[in-house]
Amino acid sequence: MLRYALRRLVGMIPTLFVISFLIFFIIELPPGDYLTNQIAALRAAGEGASADKIAFLRTEFALDRPFLERYLIWVGAWPGPTGFSGLIQGNWGWSFEYNQPVATVIGPALPLTIILNFATILFVYVVSLPIGVYSAMRQYSFGDYLFTFIGYIGLATPNFLLGLILLYYFNVWFGMSIGGLMDPVYVDQPWSLAKIGSVLSHLIVPTIVIGTAGTAGMIRRLRANLLDELDRQYVMTARAKGLQERRLVAKYPLRMALNPFVADIGNLIPSLVSGSVIVSVVLNLPTVGPILLDALQSQDQYLAGFILLFVAVLTLIGMLVSDLLLAVLDPRIRLGGSARS
Amino acid sequence: MRASKLFAKLLFVNELSPPRSASPQSETAAPAAGAGPVLDIRDLVVDFTGDDGVSRAVDGVSLQVPRGSTVALVGESGSGKTVISQALLGILPKKGRIVSGQMLFCDPRSGKTVDLAGLDPMSEAMRCIRGDRISIVFQEPMTALSPLHTIGDQLGEVVRLHRGVGRREARELSAEMLRLVQFPDPQRALSVYPFELSGGLRQRAVIAMALMCRPALLVADEPTTALDVTIQAEVLHLIRRVQGELDMSVLLITHDFGVVANMADHVAVIYRGRIMESGSIDDVFRHPGHPYLKSLLNAVPRFDMGPDERLQPIRPIDARPAVFLHRDRAAPESATPLLELRDVSKIYHLRRTGPAAGLRTIRAMDDVSLRVKSGECLGLVGQSGSGKTTTAKVILGAEDPDRGSVLYRFDGEARDLSTLSSAERFAFRRRVQIIFQDPFSSLSPRMTVRDILAEPLVIHKVGTPEERQERVKELIRMVGLNVSHLRRYPHSFSGGQRQRIGIARALALSPELLLCDEPVSALDVSVQAQILNLLKDLKAELGLTFVFVSHNLAVVDYIADRVAVMCAGRIVELADKRAIIEEARHPYTQALLKAIPTPSLDQKLDFAALAQEGASDPACWPEPYRLVDGMEPKLQEVAPGHFVCVPQARQRAA
Repeated sequence: MLRYALRRLVGMIPTLFVISFLIFFIIELPPGDYLTNQIAALRAAGEGASADKIAFLRTEFALDRPFLERYLIWVGAWPGPTGFSGLIQGNWGWSFEYNQPVATVIGPALPLTIILNFATILFVYVVSLPIGVYSAMRQYSFGDYLFTFIGYIGLATPNFLLGLILLYYFNVWFGMSIGGLMDPVYVDQPWSLAKIGSVLSHLIVPTIVIGTAGTAGMIRRLRANLLDELDRQYVMTARAKGLQERRLVAKYPLRMALNPFVADIGNLIPSLVSGSVIVSVVLNLPTVGPILLDALQSQDQYLAGFILLFVAVLTLIGMLVSDLLLAVLDPRIRLGGSARS
Repeated sequence: MRASKLFAKLLFVNELSPPRSASPQSETAAPAAGAGPVLDIRDLVVDFTGDDGVSRAVDGVSLQVPRGSTVALVGESGSGKTVISQALLGILPKKGRIVSGQMLFCDPRSGKTVDLAGLDPMSEAMRCIRGDRISIVFQEPMTALSPLHTIGDQLGEVVRLHRGVGRREARELSAEMLRLVQFPDPQRALSVYPFELSGGLRQRAVIAMALMCRPALLVADEPTTALDVTIQAEVLHLIRRVQGELDMSVLLITHDFGVVANMADHVAVIYRGRIMESGSIDDVFRHPGHPYLKSLLNAVPRFDMGPDERLQPIRPIDARPAVFLHRDRAAPESATPLLELRDVSKIYHLRRTGPAAGLRTIRAMDDVSLRVKSGECLGLVGQSGSGKTTTAKVILGAEDPDRGSVLYRFDGEARDLSTLSSAERFAFRRRVQIIFQDPFSSLSPRMTVRDILAEPLVIHKVGTPEERQERVKELIRMVGLNVSHLRRYPHSFSGGQRQRIGIARALALSPELLLCDEPVSALDVSVQAQILNLLKDLKAELGLTFVFVSHNLAVVDYIADRVAVMCAGRIVELADKRAIIEEARHPYTQALLKAIPTPSLDQKLDFAALAQEGASDPACWPEPYRLVDGMEPKLQEVAPGHFVCVPQARQRAA
């Protein structure tokens, strides 16, 4: 098992390289770069001197080198103007837009993004598991139809609209401040219990808003999986043993139906991040989503590239977790699907 | 001896920890002195509510199972026999409902009688009977066990549930029971998952699970239908043996009269939810009264049939020969066989994924040599995993052999399939067609029958669209269906009708060679007779050549001229069908023949003799037939046209 985990971990390395190359390639597709755009803008305004300075920056950041070389310098596998200094060495690059290192720009947003994602995934699973099981067990009952209906509404309502509505009522009912991931009072204060509490209470709305679509989809999937399993012969066998219906469902078909459910952990992350960009803008959440949007618009390539890579790493970790969980859950995967004897 | 220890333990357990329920059925009490029936079903009526209204699945069935005896409930699929078993255990599907009637179950241990029909299926009283006093063995050992739980967990659950024993004790009792059903290494088997076991072992585990609480009544719903004959014989023997040891009654549900003749004391024949005939096994077999029973018996192929004797299907089909298929085929009476396999070997590498990754090799064909003459039918017999289907695929050109060659005669000249150009291969496909085993998955559900039958003609650009339509009409009539059926989709046909559509499709291109891969093994006996007769007639009318793959020697005997017996990827014996059946030389063929249950009371299986042989393991065969790795399976002619595999040390480098 440990060897399996290690092998999967090592296997992630080439995958990451391929992903980073693709990200770099796609970001560089539009003609020009951040600095050429700036030079054009400055020239139009008649400020040639500043433009010369920017041209100096071009060589400084190796933007005048060929594509492959730029990529390798970014990764840190090729000496740049200041020697080996790339992602591998821990240098996340320079944000032209903010005129700061990428690490400084998104540093505060990263942990909050991870927390929000984690909370959302937890929300999706905690809510969809009991509802999915209920809907399958009571197929075509009033409750099943009700949850189906709510689920479809959840899928169809634009997230930002739901976010605004929820924000309004949370403000009216609980007096919670609008937007952000904490009360404005705490923004520049050091971490304290009260600040953590504020963050947690501010997480509720975005978690629900970002999680609804995923939850609705997950309920449908679990319901369908479980319905498939409920008719299987081994369920009949268990029933013929005299098992109680509840214990029976929990022990046999539900465990089988969990496989696709667990396998989705990895897939959920990118859709949450990309799906939450608009929500983050509307709710003014300090996550990487809005920063990514800005960076892409202004061709702030290293910032955008790093955020995309960060999401990719999260996804890979999610996949690894789901693979390991699957191996724990399902002996057919663990033992390789062929006879031992 | 072991068994008695087990009972002592079970009874001991019973006294120590009485069941948690207050149900009267599970109390320990002195066995009832009366020898009344364990089960007495009276006028049982079960309805199913479907989308198109209510249908009556069981219509006034009365049936008794005397204590300690085996009652066989025989019928075709859809006759209601499985519904009765589900009603008995209270596990009817949601759509099913017991309308009226009684199912009186008298537990010999407590002597009390309870009407199962009156109990709520989900009630505690019913749950205490189910799995404890009455248990069931299902048909499919592959799906009857949960793939995610160990054998020990699934077996132990039964005693933990009904006897309230702890985890460790449950493991011990499970191991004892696995020993009783002769599981190799029962201790280790407890921590094994079902997918790691063969079908036969799984069925043993399922039976062990059903016996865990020493039930008064075992319902065996087609317990051996999914198994190979030699394993079937073992499992039947096992049920017989434990029945005696546990003083248990058995309700055996089956469609196979061979199994009935060997197992049952009483027989009830069911047709469309009604009992047509019932009585002691002697009465029913020696003096069948009801015409339905007579015709069922006549529909089963037997070894003692005369050369021109035909099976009598219950519902004969009206097949009309297709004119366009009648070509002059009598012509090439050549010395070259139509098809020849020369030392063909095929090895599969199974790549295992996941934490236990690795490579496993399976020798599916090992130096297989065959010749098929024009117009003959060669039967290919063997158990599952013996390489029959791989052989069929290699002949079809769907798989390339790793070694050796497949020769096919084109216009009098034998050509190696591997040397054909792609255009020639395309042309070759017209000459060889296949009929598949499963009529449900071999037809596209999204195409009408017309499209299915016309597709081969379209692919091979045969005729104009009008001519194709004419051909399609002839084809459908040829297999006894109507032109009006052409508009329909496969789902609206029964299994036998679908198989006929499959046959029509295979014949659309007027092939020379037809590969039949277990074409009747998914069908009922009565439908099987239809299909076999149809194939036989088509072969005679159209001068076709058949390679007929089956695990059922009786079926092969009915249709084939020569028979090749395969085991573990080798041909072990090849001869005229009469020679195979009457003078089998090879130990494997002999074991296969001995294991076939015949629907006759005079030729019962010799279970004791069968139990001793490890017939399907080539390393266990007696000399000179013993075959171990590194030996070359050579066919030796022992009589004219009769070949037996006598292995020799391998000479050439592998």
